[in-house]
Amino acid sequence: MPNLSSGPRVGLFVTCLADMFRPSVAFATVKLLEQAGCRAEVPERQTCCGQPAFNSGDRKTTADIARQTIDAFDGYEYVVGPSGSCIGMLHYYPEVFDPSDSYYQRALDLKSRSFEITSFLFDVIGMDSLQEQLQQLQFNHKVTYHDSCSGLRQLGIKQQPRQLLQQVQGVELAEMEEAETCCGFGGTFCVKYPEISNRMVSNKTEFISNTGAHTVLGGDLGCLLNMAGKLKREGKQVEARHIVEVLAGMTDTPAIGEADYGLAQQL
Amino acid sequence: MQINTPFFKQRAHDALADVNLQKALGNLKAGFPEKRAIAVSRMPEFEQLRDQGRDLKNHILEHLDLYLEQFENKVIENGGHVHWARTADDANRIILDICKQVDAKTVTKGKSMVTEEIGLNDFLEANGVQPVETDLGEYILQLRHDHPSHIIAPAIHLNLEDVSEAFHANHHRPKSSDPAVLMQEAREVLREKFVAADVGITGANFCVAETGSTIIVTNEGNGDLTQTLPKTHVVVTSIEKVVPTLEDMTLFLRLLARSATGQEFSVYNTLSTGPRRKGDQDGPENFHVVLVDNGRSEMVGSEFQDMLRCIRCSACMNHCPVYGAVGGHSYGWVYPGPMGSVLTPQMIGIEKGGMLPNASTFCGKCESVCPVKIPLPKLMRHWREDEFEKHLQPKAARYGLAGWAFLAKRPALYKPYTRMASWVMKTWAGKNGRISKLPLAGGWTDWRDMPAPQGKTFMQAWKEQQKAGEQP
Repeated sequence: MPNLSSGPRVGLFVTCLADMFRPSVAFATVKLLEQAGCRAEVPERQTCCGQPAFNSGDRKTTADIARQTIDAFDGYEYVVGPSGSCIGMLHYYPEVFDPSDSYYQRALDLKSRSFEITSFLFDVIGMDSLQEQLQQLQFNHKVTYHDSCSGLRQLGIKQQPRQLLQQVQGVELAEMEEAETCCGFGGTFCVKYPEISNRMVSNKTEFISNTGAHTVLGGDLGCLLNMAGKLKREGKQVEARHIVEVLAGMTDTPAIGEADYGLAQQL
Repeated sequence: MQINTPFFKQRAHDALADVNLQKALGNLKAGFPEKRAIAVSRMPEFEQLRDQGRDLKNHILEHLDLYLEQFENKVIENGGHVHWARTADDANRIILDICKQVDAKTVTKGKSMVTEEIGLNDFLEANGVQPVETDLGEYILQLRHDHPSHIIAPAIHLNLEDVSEAFHANHHRPKSSDPAVLMQEAREVLREKFVAADVGITGANFCVAETGSTIIVTNEGNGDLTQTLPKTHVVVTSIEKVVPTLEDMTLFLRLLARSATGQEFSVYNTLSTGPRRKGDQDGPENFHVVLVDNGRSEMVGSEFQDMLRCIRCSACMNHCPVYGAVGGHSYGWVYPGPMGSVLTPQMIGIEKGGMLPNASTFCGKCESVCPVKIPLPKLMRHWREDEFEKHLQPKAARYGLAGWAFLAKRPALYKPYTRMASWVMKTWAGKNGRISKLPLAGGWTDWRDMPAPQGKTFMQAWKEQQKAGEQP
């Protein structure tokens, strides 16, 4: 076990979707941070990154939530979360404040400390410290990887998850057609324009299923809930998981949207 | 042109069900983006050119008055005329006046989105002047009483059969489905129109301040015949098209061709510098430039100024998954896709155009391919801010947002609420792991299942785990 007291103190940005829908993603993120020698903490006063307000044009609420988040994550060496979209929102915080506002500098500071989990592991921690742990894992499946938009285009996350994944024994990565095309989730877009969103996610599930992959992996629960929900509705036999579940060796939980047989037995 | 933008949703619904349109859109998706990618990969300095293009356009917009006046002076020096049109109506009247001065019966037209924007064809026709579109795509649309669905490939929504039918109905010749035969047919019909026209109207991709030249970029050569054969050439363009020098123009030509069609250079790049001079073998006797404002000068200095960098390459719509799903006509006015979603509210008002800046997942693909790096998602977000401030969003969305914001700003309330919501959904799903129908979430569950929460929220589970860990 790495020496927990000496590593950087990392604040986990849980993200509301991981909090509500898939806590195992947040636990897997904590496990990966600890394996990387970090001290992971979960600030109590975090809620959501504020993206729904930001993208709905509500600047005041966005600024209120940004202040709350900046305060909550004060003093952490790094802020890490399992979502390119939410961490991307933290990177937008400086745009929310006037440069004369005292929170403007703090927003810039938060931006410089905030990382999406695969980018943090690969770009900050480095493969040398992770390789050994990852190579002990087994995931004997053909997988395909969906590049979520904010992670890809805002934060430059493309190779990081793939490099990490390829260390895991048994993983066979089959790239899908148009891996970089939006899945149609888009936050409130999917309920404001459900028919267009449906076409986009239908294209996506077709490309996923064309690869013959057992599992589709991604770094954002919004996209994953959307893709998993469509795969299930179409009756396609492809599982959907967040990449951290594989990287942390926590794939014993049912995949996203899969029947919870554990619960069935309890009942 | 009639504004159908408020009906975006219905039009998108129809477009998604239109088999022929979907086939045509499939061809687009496979065409332009791949060709662009190849052209860009062959040019290692392309990213640098994009930065240069952005910076140069920013410089021009900071000194727009200066370059426009320099351009005007040069056009006059060359023997041409410059007309300033504040509105679409002004522009139409100016153009009609020019046509009347030369007693024009027919005018030929090169492809111009600005003339679509001002509704020139309908106006001329209503005033006894017959416009004839000479760009093949535009010509097909004119025969069909249709409008462009794309800014550089106006008839992209049509298939071969549509063209075959339109030609058969209008040319009174045997019906053919052979593209080469159709092309020859169009060529023969249009050749007569070129010769007969009294006035030629073109747009301009750029206006060069140092020489007073305008340039059109085409792949068919129709623009050249439009502007050299008639006695009068009218260039209808907009104020943000001015560039300082010929060298600056070439920077944009390099960006434009690659971004638009994946060509290294377009086939015809034709400069017009004033009317025919003494000793010139061809060219028009009269040369007019109509500079259209139509809301653009209001964008200078506003949060939408960046939009004026647009060079109308269409890369944003070619790569947009929303445009690719519903096509250009769904947008309900002249400019579709991401650039249209920013420009349209400026020109028709946010009250009518609000559907468009909302019809984006903010995936950012458009910005990533824009040759002048316009932050299109950010500008669409600015429109949403405008809508929010004016209370234009639907009531359900506003109240939903306000309710969510109330909780998100109060962590002590947010936590029990999320615990309850997770529990309700988990219970609703039972052992299925997913929900196929959820009240108030029809937008989601009509089309896909809702994966069920695992049970406890993370915050709850984490707290319990920490407590358990503290106990001896």
